[in-house]
Amino acid sequence: MIDEDTRRKRRILVLGTSAAGIIGGLGAAIPFIASMAPSAKARAAGAPVEVDLDGLEPGMMITLEWRGKPVWVLHRTDAMLESLEKIVDKVQDPSSAAPMQPSYALNAHRSIKPQYLVLVGICTHLGCSPTQKLAVGPASGLGEDWNGGFFCPCHGSKFDLAGRVYKGVPAPVNLEVPPHMYLSENSLVIGEEKEV
Amino acid sequence: MRNIFYLTLLITNLACSADTVVKLDDANIDLNDGLSIQRGARTYINYCLGCHQASYMRFNRLGDIGLSKEQIKEHLILGQQKIGSPMLNNMSKEDAESWFGVLPPDLSVIARSRGADWLYTYLRSFYRDSKTATGWNNLLFPNVGMPHILWEIQGVLTLKASDLDETRGELAVISKGHLNKIEYDGFVRDLVNYLVFMGEPARTLRVRIGIVILFALSIFLVLAWILKKEYWKDVTH
Amino acid sequence: MSFAKLALRWVDDRFPLSSFLKNHLTEYYAPKNFNFWYFFGSLAMLVLVIQIVTGIFLTMHYKPDASQAFASVEYIMRDVPLGWLIRYVHSTGASMFFVVIYLHMFRALMYGSYRKPRELLWLFGMLIYLCLMAEAFFGYLLPWGQMSYWGAQVIINLFAAIPFVGPDLAVWIRGDYVVSDATLNRFFAFHVIAIPLVILGLVTCHLVALHEVGSNNPDGIDIKKHKDKSGKPLDGIPFHPYYTFKDLVGVVVFLMVFTLIVFFAPEMGGYFLEYNNFVPADPLKTPDHIAPVWYFTPFYSILRAIPPLFGSQFPGVIAMGLAVVVLFFMPWLDRGAVSSIRYRGVIYKSWLASFVISFLILGYLGVKPTSVWGQFGNWLDGADRAVVVARVCTASYFLFFFLMPWYTKIDKTKPEPERVTS
Repeated sequence: MIDEDTRRKRRILVLGTSAAGIIGGLGAAIPFIASMAPSAKARAAGAPVEVDLDGLEPGMMITLEWRGKPVWVLHRTDAMLESLEKIVDKVQDPSSAAPMQPSYALNAHRSIKPQYLVLVGICTHLGCSPTQKLAVGPASGLGEDWNGGFFCPCHGSKFDLAGRVYKGVPAPVNLEVPPHMYLSENSLVIGEEKEV
Repeated sequence: MRNIFYLTLLITNLACSADTVVKLDDANIDLNDGLSIQRGARTYINYCLGCHQASYMRFNRLGDIGLSKEQIKEHLILGQQKIGSPMLNNMSKEDAESWFGVLPPDLSVIARSRGADWLYTYLRSFYRDSKTATGWNNLLFPNVGMPHILWEIQGVLTLKASDLDETRGELAVISKGHLNKIEYDGFVRDLVNYLVFMGEPARTLRVRIGIVILFALSIFLVLAWILKKEYWKDVTH
Repeated sequence: MSFAKLALRWVDDRFPLSSFLKNHLTEYYAPKNFNFWYFFGSLAMLVLVIQIVTGIFLTMHYKPDASQAFASVEYIMRDVPLGWLIRYVHSTGASMFFVVIYLHMFRALMYGSYRKPRELLWLFGMLIYLCLMAEAFFGYLLPWGQMSYWGAQVIINLFAAIPFVGPDLAVWIRGDYVVSDATLNRFFAFHVIAIPLVILGLVTCHLVALHEVGSNNPDGIDIKKHKDKSGKPLDGIPFHPYYTFKDLVGVVVFLMVFTLIVFFAPEMGGYFLEYNNFVPADPLKTPDHIAPVWYFTPFYSILRAIPPLFGSQFPGVIAMGLAVVVLFFMPWLDRGAVSSIRYRGVIYKSWLASFVISFLILGYLGVKPTSVWGQFGNWLDGADRAVVVARVCTASYFLFFFLMPWYTKIDKTKPEPERVTS
């Protein structure tokens, strides 16, 4: 018969070996988990995108692709920037409390330089891409008091010219500002930021 | 009928693998010699890439041999290619076939199929031969389609008149290149070192991980052995 | 009662978990005298699991398309994070599977594990071996290198040597007039799902049969003849904890060997990954030297050793097939009085030795060109030495089986012991 000492010794041994085995098993899982992360090919395809702002006149917007998503770059006019002030009480999160922007775009105009707005053009509700409704008033088709912004055709979410979401629409938070930085005065790169 | 022909050919006549009997020189590859691989990468990009793509090798992988993104962008990427893109050239298949008769092979894994010593010997075995279309021939690869791209560096060699048996030929210099023989050997070694690196960029990492795993397994072996010993005390013979 | 016990009872009321573990682990009695050769069964299971898991992850990145297959393998080797590791484990696992299986089969030959009452166990095992060869063959095409392509070409053309239907059959297997995208696509389907499913089913049958009749042992005697009062075999010990913990040691040692190969020599000198397979498949250019992967070479040598008859390779193909099929008949060819090599006479031992040596020589010759040992001078009209040796070995391979009913009967055996020896 096995005495108590042996029993204890064996229990410790089994526990120790099992613990080592579990650690080994977890280690063996690493390559399989890692292999499902984006490959070098996907990362190369999702590499930062450079934009030349030279030809982008005030009031104009361009859409480009970064990591397969639409990214908007809007050159806001002074009038557009002024309008942001006027609608503070109509938007849900006027001070951008939700973390939908990098720290360097945490300001009233949600951008590095006031005139250039950079946004990921994906509705924060269910992922449709909103359409641009930059015109003010009835010309936009969104009523007399429309101040210009973006309208999502899927479920009617509305965003202003800083990507802030209006009250009373399905989208929960503001549009996302992607990481971006200026390489020079007129050259913007999306997907890369200055190291802090 | 063709099937039968193939079969007979393949089964009964595998004897004809007799390559030329050139002895291969040792390339002395060292994958920890980052500087050598860097020099080889530059040679590859300047002299080889124009014809031979490495379509599985991305430029940013050169970071593995100690180059920074900026160095790669400034010194090694030609034209508009991005740092994450593979090493491609602009040669079309049609052009290549009209110039060389065949598409110059992709060199991404050439070191894995040919071996370092073969490449090292091959790149040092070109000689002048008026009988071929390109004017060049090679001891290791008779009637090779590729001309001697590095002739300005190595100089021009010819078969020694006393030894016209091409399978055992010895070469003699008839005009000097930019480098002397020892320098040229080093130059080719760097290039081959790079080709070996490019054939399997993860190789040095592989060896490092292997050592860690062997170490972990040997600890586990001791545990498992003690466990087995302990329980087998019960078993009487 | 603790929560764990309650949970176990809840399960047991609905699923025979405890009784299953009892029947197959804690109260499954295995002979206590297993030696080194008895590690390879559990190791084969381990390799099977490794192959299935790594295989699943490889299919996430591999493209079964003739224009993309080669590139997608290099994509795995370079662009997929740690993809090279998964691929090397899979390619090493393929070869190690055969190492383990050949040793496992050799064990059965030595100790007579195929004999009554284990005939079905042996047949299931042989079927697994057949499936494994098919699995390896289908899988070898997938990297779409020169050796993949021409290896498949040669093997499929073996079917073309069958009289009358052969050529049509070969076209049907390929789905094209040459090995092509269609062939690759169907081989992929067979490799990743069809054959693995069959193998899993057969492994289950193999284990069920094993646990029905009980394990053989190096003495080749029945441990159930001597039981204690409670009905446990006196020479048996519960599989768990004794053999689980013993096998664990074997597993770790095996994994160390596996690690040495995967991380330090994944090509294994060109035997596990052939150098020419790093050249993309080219239907217009045959490599100078084609050899199958090492685990097929004994049979390939037999194929080459048989001379064509009336310009047809068919006899060679038959011989190659027979070399595998004849193993199925082992339980009925062996008429010996004892099972284990320990108590066999010198005749059986010599035949087994000559069989193993022939198998190894044939394996070696299969990776070499037939001219490897040069020619005889005037003797035998200057025939290739290697061809002659291959023919002698082929003869000895088959005679081991064909003469077995006779020589096992006249062999002078020693008496078997009553109880197992250590």
